[in-house]
Amino acid sequence: MNKHSNITNNQSPRPRGKIRVDKVNLAHGGGGKAMRDLIDDVFVSEFDNALLASLEDQARFKMKDLAIHGDQLALTTDSYVVDPLFFPGGNIGKLAVCGTVNDLAVGGANPLYLTCSMIIEEGVEIDLLRSIARSMALEAETAGVQIVTGDTKVVNKGCCDKLFINTAGVGVIRTGLNLSASSAEPGDVVIVNGLLGDHGATILAARDDMALSTVIESDCASLNGLIGGVLDNCETIKFIRDATRGGIASVLNEIAEASGVSIEIEEEKTPIRSDVKGFCEILGLDPLYLANEGKVVIVVPQEDASKVISTLQSNPLGKSAAIIGTVGDWDKGRVTMKTKFGGRRIVDMLVGEQLPRIC
Amino acid sequence: MKYVDEFRDPEKARTLLKEINELVEKIDICKKRPLAIMEVCGGHTHSIFRYGIEGMLPKEIELVHGPGCPVCVLPMGRVDDCVALAEQPNMIFTTFGDAMRVPGSKKSLLQAKADGADVRMVYSPLDALDLARDNRDKEVVFFGLGFETTMPSTALTVLRAQADGIKNFSLFCNHITIIPTVKAILDSPDMKIDGFLGPGHVSMVIGTKPYEFIANHYKRPLVVAGFEPLDVLHSVWMVLKQIDEGRSEIENQYVRIVPDEGNDEALNAVSKVFELREFFEWRGLGSIDHSGVRMREEYADFDAERKFSVPNIKIADPKSCQCGEVLKGVIKPFECKVFGKACTPEMPLGALMVSSEGACAAYYQFGDPDRLRELEEV
Amino acid sequence: MCLGIPGQIIEITDEARKLAMVDVSGVHREINMACVVNDDHRLNDCIGDWVLVHVGFAMSRINEEEAALTLKVLEELGEAQEEIAAMRASGQM
Ligand code: SF4
Repeated sequence: MNKHSNITNNQSPRPRGKIRVDKVNLAHGGGGKAMRDLIDDVFVSEFDNALLASLEDQARFKMKDLAIHGDQLALTTDSYVVDPLFFPGGNIGKLAVCGTVNDLAVGGANPLYLTCSMIIEEGVEIDLLRSIARSMALEAETAGVQIVTGDTKVVNKGCCDKLFINTAGVGVIRTGLNLSASSAEPGDVVIVNGLLGDHGATILAARDDMALSTVIESDCASLNGLIGGVLDNCETIKFIRDATRGGIASVLNEIAEASGVSIEIEEEKTPIRSDVKGFCEILGLDPLYLANEGKVVIVVPQEDASKVISTLQSNPLGKSAAIIGTVGDWDKGRVTMKTKFGGRRIVDMLVGEQLPRIC
Repeated sequence: MKYVDEFRDPEKARTLLKEINELVEKIDICKKRPLAIMEVCGGHTHSIFRYGIEGMLPKEIELVHGPGCPVCVLPMGRVDDCVALAEQPNMIFTTFGDAMRVPGSKKSLLQAKADGADVRMVYSPLDALDLARDNRDKEVVFFGLGFETTMPSTALTVLRAQADGIKNFSLFCNHITIIPTVKAILDSPDMKIDGFLGPGHVSMVIGTKPYEFIANHYKRPLVVAGFEPLDVLHSVWMVLKQIDEGRSEIENQYVRIVPDEGNDEALNAVSKVFELREFFEWRGLGSIDHSGVRMREEYADFDAERKFSVPNIKIADPKSCQCGEVLKGVIKPFECKVFGKACTPEMPLGALMVSSEGACAAYYQFGDPDRLRELEEV
Repeated sequence: MCLGIPGQIIEITDEARKLAMVDVSGVHREINMACVVNDDHRLNDCIGDWVLVHVGFAMSRINEEEAALTLKVLEELGEAQEEIAAMRASGQM
């Protein structure tokens, strides 16, 4: 293991900016000087923070510093693989920070610390790594979290696709809070904080095998501030989940199943931007299954819905927030959609990956 | 979206439903049994389920979901041929996305890709040609499938390849034609279809004339229909009106897209490159005479079937499949013995479970309209 | 079968190959126009045209009048229904 959490700028006698090559090679993962240079020059200088500076082979936190935030620790991990690495609205680095921050935040946790492990394919440009690290640092600052430990591996060409990132995150859940997917009941409503499908459409369009050009941008964003605000204002929130892979449809199905309820959403009220609709029409895709990276589903009793909506809408990340559906007791585990046209259909879990249709 | 949103207007839908309900009250057959209207085209099947149209219609109307999904009806043997082509050395095999999951006797293209074959999804055959242009040291095969709607696009791509001298591009031609198949359904003894919704996008290429035998000989009304939900309701209403007035004619609801004479430019390109096959094998329906096309001798250099050897082995449909009966409207999808058990979208046994255009997959994914109707009453 | 979607031609991109850029609700894609041009309607006349796009090809030029007519028929059907309802309500039927 080649930890770089213990390598700090003030312990390092050598000046920065000493990487002379443009591309990563296997030596950068070898544990020797080349690796140290890469870590120092690219990651430590970007992620620089006080905790990192004083650490050993692991990041250390004082229990009492954590305890002021609440009484339960939350721990999560996620690996990020995305093709292309850079896309309109973000890149793999930004995604790796906000994805993990959001995974903590939806559980009601205040995200505090992240780790960062990189698996790099030899031949990747150092400048590319640097700009990804910079995005991570910026997003961490936006979200108010620190990247406190990490790891770097370099693999042979063809053994990974340019760059994979894993981030784990630690947060503290406020005292007394227990959000759960199994707590939805008939009479609750389902809320989303904005336009759906932007990230999925962006990524599909950015892989240019379909040769479609759009102005759609990924919605990737850290939502801990938004979610914290909602939890502050409304104590009756039952459940929050980010609608990432599999889209809104998958989250709704999970809730319906876990709670043994039915959910009906209304097409008319489901916010989707017209470009995303156009994109889906061309390829025969369903926006309900497109990934999001800055959208959450919130379940709350009907009577508190307007409070949640107004709190969401006061934040730029929630300005298109809407109540999209209601929880019922029709067929347990079923999600249906009332179409704008007046009909009704079932919104099932996705079978495999959504593939563009010709027919 | 222009030409889309105005044809999804719920207000006009209510008007049409009212008219449809009134007609159903007047039509005698509806008192004895449900009136069976077949939508030939998988695109209609998709619209019907996506917008929940079947549940909006009165119970006296039964929509029978026809054979018009080129992905669904692809026989296993042809998929095996695709896999064999894709697994040739130095090959880039290109395909429309929805054909990736169709099961062959051993694997689908998706599985072949996982096993190392270079299988790529493209949006257009032109993109496959671009790949050939950019990878001169490799062979690029495009998997051409679809009805008359798609034939002009692959024909024009082959002509472009020839004009540009792109020799490493070829087409694996699996195009099929809809008319002989509709005829086969009409000729089958257990057929019980009262009227048809005609395939809108096929018709913009071939026009409305080729359907005339359906009205003249089989005395069934057919309305060429568009794909927006209002188009579908409008066309159902037009079929009912014909039945009520004792007419059987070919009518065109989709006038904004479909000229009665079809598209000459498109037809010329098609007849230049393709010729009819004596017969073609359909999954679930068996062999149907003159229901497919192949490339003409002049384009042999661009014909993957001639250029590479493909196994071309016929593989019988599993015995438990009841796709044929579902297609003819004899049984409903969930009445098939293996529906949702041995046959699911993850592991389709029959043709109709393969793409979301297939009746069984649509029932499985979007729900049984009868059950959804109950929800209306809650 | 055969997914098709209306879009508007915004630019001719390659005259020799009959290619043009289509806009579908803000999404752009280069498509082949061979099936919708002829001696009466040349490629350069196509800017602003609405066409039906299928797998990267314009397959039909959308007939604006016919589209309006279809909608008008339905509109009138609705108005007729309202009239009948009104007559029923006022006891004239
Ligand atoms: S359930 Fe499967 S086997 Fe039965 S009719 Fe449908 S597709 Fe065919």
